[in-house]
Amino acid sequence: MDFNLTKQQEMVRKMVADFTENEIKPIAADTDRNSEYPADTIKQLFRYGVMGMIVPKEYGGAGADDICGAIAIEELSKQCASTGDIVATHNGLCCGPIIQHGTEDQKKKYLPMLTTGCKVGAFALTEPNAGSDASKGTTTAVLDGDHYVMNGSKIFITNGYVADIFVVFAMTDPSKGTKGISAFIVEKDFPGFAVGKHEEKMGLHGSPTAEIVFTDCIVPKENLLGVEGKGFNIAMQTLDGGRIGIAAQALGISEGAMKEAMDFTKSRVQFGKPISKFQNTQFKFADMEVAINAGKLLTYSAAAKKGTGARFTKEAAMAKLFCSENAMKITTEAVQMFGGYGYTKDYPVERMMRDAKITEIYEGTSEIQRIVISSNIL
Amino acid sequence: MKIIVCVKQVPDTSGKVAVNPDGTLNRASMQTIINPDDMNAVEAALSMKDETGCEVVVVTMGPPPAEGMLRELLAMGADRAVLISGREFGGSDTYATSQILAAGIKKIGIDKDDIIFAGRQAIDGDTAQVGPQMAEKLGIPQITYAAEIKKDGDSITVKRMLEDGFMMIKMQTPCLVTCIKELNSPRYMSIGGIMTAYEKPLEIFDYAALKDDPLIDLDTIGLKGSPTNIFKSFTPPQKGAGVMLEGADKNTCAKLANILAEKHVI
Amino acid sequence: MGYDSKKIEDFKNVWVFCEQRQGKLMNTDFELLSEGRKLANDLGVKLVGLLLGDKVEGLAKELGSYGADEVVLCESELLKDYTTDAYAKVICDVVQDIKPEILLFGASNIGRDLAPRCAARLHTGLCADCTHLDIDVPQYKEFLRANSTLDVDGTKWDEGDRNLKMTRPAFGGHLMATIICPRFRPAMATVRPGVLKKAAPDQAKADAVQIVRPNFSLEASDLKTTVLAVEKAAKELVDLIGADFIVSVGRGIAADVEKGKKIAEDLANELGGVVGGSRAAIDSGWLSADRQVGQTGKTVHPKVYVALGISGAIQHKVGMQDSECIIAVNKNSAAPIFEVADYGICGDLFTVGPMLTEAIKAAKAAK
Repeated sequence: MDFNLTKQQEMVRKMVADFTENEIKPIAADTDRNSEYPADTIKQLFRYGVMGMIVPKEYGGAGADDICGAIAIEELSKQCASTGDIVATHNGLCCGPIIQHGTEDQKKKYLPMLTTGCKVGAFALTEPNAGSDASKGTTTAVLDGDHYVMNGSKIFITNGYVADIFVVFAMTDPSKGTKGISAFIVEKDFPGFAVGKHEEKMGLHGSPTAEIVFTDCIVPKENLLGVEGKGFNIAMQTLDGGRIGIAAQALGISEGAMKEAMDFTKSRVQFGKPISKFQNTQFKFADMEVAINAGKLLTYSAAAKKGTGARFTKEAAMAKLFCSENAMKITTEAVQMFGGYGYTKDYPVERMMRDAKITEIYEGTSEIQRIVISSNIL
Repeated sequence: MKIIVCVKQVPDTSGKVAVNPDGTLNRASMQTIINPDDMNAVEAALSMKDETGCEVVVVTMGPPPAEGMLRELLAMGADRAVLISGREFGGSDTYATSQILAAGIKKIGIDKDDIIFAGRQAIDGDTAQVGPQMAEKLGIPQITYAAEIKKDGDSITVKRMLEDGFMMIKMQTPCLVTCIKELNSPRYMSIGGIMTAYEKPLEIFDYAALKDDPLIDLDTIGLKGSPTNIFKSFTPPQKGAGVMLEGADKNTCAKLANILAEKHVI
Repeated sequence: MGYDSKKIEDFKNVWVFCEQRQGKLMNTDFELLSEGRKLANDLGVKLVGLLLGDKVEGLAKELGSYGADEVVLCESELLKDYTTDAYAKVICDVVQDIKPEILLFGASNIGRDLAPRCAARLHTGLCADCTHLDIDVPQYKEFLRANSTLDVDGTKWDEGDRNLKMTRPAFGGHLMATIICPRFRPAMATVRPGVLKKAAPDQAKADAVQIVRPNFSLEASDLKTTVLAVEKAAKELVDLIGADFIVSVGRGIAADVEKGKKIAEDLANELGGVVGGSRAAIDSGWLSADRQVGQTGKTVHPKVYVALGISGAIQHKVGMQDSECIIAVNKNSAAPIFEVADYGICGDLFTVGPMLTEAIKAAKAAK
């Protein structure tokens, strides 16, 4: 058993950390305040191969392993969880299922677009009445000659109004429940595709979330991803991978908040000494350090298992559950350590606290993670 | 055509620097980084590679762990790397270093349209001497303090900064150019580059590999062969702390202004 | 004849390369001659100015007035604008012929281009960017007593040592090193501008200066580079080195760079000074590189140095700690800048800066 990162993994961490420090940290507060999609940052992340990094080399990617993928999201999220989210969605939820389930033609067509072609990807599963219970989806796709006709709408879609390529789930046979769901690759320029409402959220203000609407949308038959009726499996497998990304995002938020709190408490003097000198503060940092390191082990080991090809559903759920709940705790604690300053927008910890909350919700709530974990052990 | 870039791994002097009781630097306790000006040299080479498709070779002299830095440069896009490393080279001053680097570069080979880039100076010694000394030892022309570089055919045109302006200078290749930070913004490693960095060639030149070059003589390299020696090294004394004024309001400022006025400094 | 840099007994006199641009001498030339005069006196030898250019004979007297006994004058149309090739060739030819024991250059962009090229050709040692020079050991010991933490009297000394002791900061100013070149001549150094004090000019010395025109050969074919243009900076030059008042900004202005710069400019205007910056401010692109104070920038010693939002990394301190009066404003009471400040205010530069400008205006009005 080797707990050391490889030289490549260390180098990925250094590269993304440098990029984050120089390019993202200075704009993270504005990205949040103005609810601005960080278009320049994403363009740069395409240039440096972070967008689509797990795509095999023959399709334009870097062929990085899943641990590298997790590290990149972790490092980005230390300063800007929105950027981490955009990248995690693109890599894990759009490139991921195409790599895993796409035909050779689909891979040759779409993966280069999602890497060197600088097209942003998204994943569309959730509907107004089908959140955790995906079987209740009402979006339909009906085969009509050489194409499907898609109708319905999807909500809370990350990258919704900036993405070019969507992995969409729709009922091809509503009578079969989850076994009637199929997956499709949909381009934003397909006739009948439209972007609906842009969501205003509590946090992740830089991450563009929107509703997408299909009105007799024409999806070519060859854009069916996997086989008809297997969409639910594809969705669940994709979310297993995506959860590693959210775990990494939550880890990054935790580490970023802890770093801010350490810097602040070392320089903030009250009652004659820096508040970092009070044991109450020190013990809190000790607990944060333990939680972060435990979270890293869970996250990287889930990513390592994914890389072996073995089933990693439980591991991904454990990592996501643990890291996201700790992110909420750690960011809340960080705001507390800052006192009144922590509640102001002059310091980044309130943003980190708002951003952390979503990690307990999306790609399966903490409750769903507990269902997944228990159903795998009972 | 190829570009050879000379780089140096240096302690990060912008952070905390630890000094041993004997006045020498506690290198073990310090982070190492790629010398900042050298990054501009690397970027100059890589952007010329983007334009022309030329080969980029990175060269450093240093201890074996400097390989890590070279791998990072390969991850940025350099094609191959050379590490000049040997006990015999240790303790070299700038003169001796330039002889060793020049010998290494001759072994790599310089063709008619090749260019050598280096950073203006390294933040550990701040001498800015090795570049020009290397150019002299190689018998090629040099331009230092380059803020713009344009290549056309077998010559390059460089904007060379002076304290009070600049010169535009044209120079035949092969030649050596030292780069300043105004020249460009260095790129990052790329993920694709990182994945291939360990597959790219990295050669190590030790003393045996270079000893046949006339520049390499045990009397002109290393600590013994260096013309300059350290006579003494010491730490400057801390200036005594001054007065911390109470408060940070109008009264504080008025008090300070009055002190300055009383001392006739304003 | 024959030149062998190891035969140190063949070398004599102290030479200073006197840089001129467009027929004007540099301030550094006078600083170097003033210092060179002391070294020459210590050694009991002549001080010689080495002057290259095209029709620059008229500058020789001025060099004399700062202490040169002799000016070695090399004139050629090919020496009008500085080129490494032409200047290095002429200097090396003349040095190999006349053999000075010490050869000093100003550490300007030109001096630092030229000196290493010459040292490599002359096979001798060169010390970069020196801030202090000594010959006599007793004087050097005095210097160490004032400027180091060394146990000077507990160290063994060879009191008769006549090597040039060239002292310079290293590792961003964390360490000082004194370098010698014991086995080769000339001992060469570039000397940081603005550090050595220039003496008052002496008209009698100016009138007595001897001009020597050595033989040298220089052909157009010796030049591998062509100067296409020489441009003076269009913008007004910032004379940090000569300024009496400097207001510098650092990372602390990040929250609002334009406002922070404006506050510094207002204060500098009120004081009659100029705005400088730390490496962080220059690297972030907030100020141009000519405004940088510190190890990689300029060394300044104004009457008053105000540091606004500068933490005081050692590489900055080394460039400003010899200012006569240092005022630091920083939010962080533990910032190292307060260790060198004469007066410290722990507060936000965005509020304290304008108040300080007003207070100084009021104090001046009250005088």
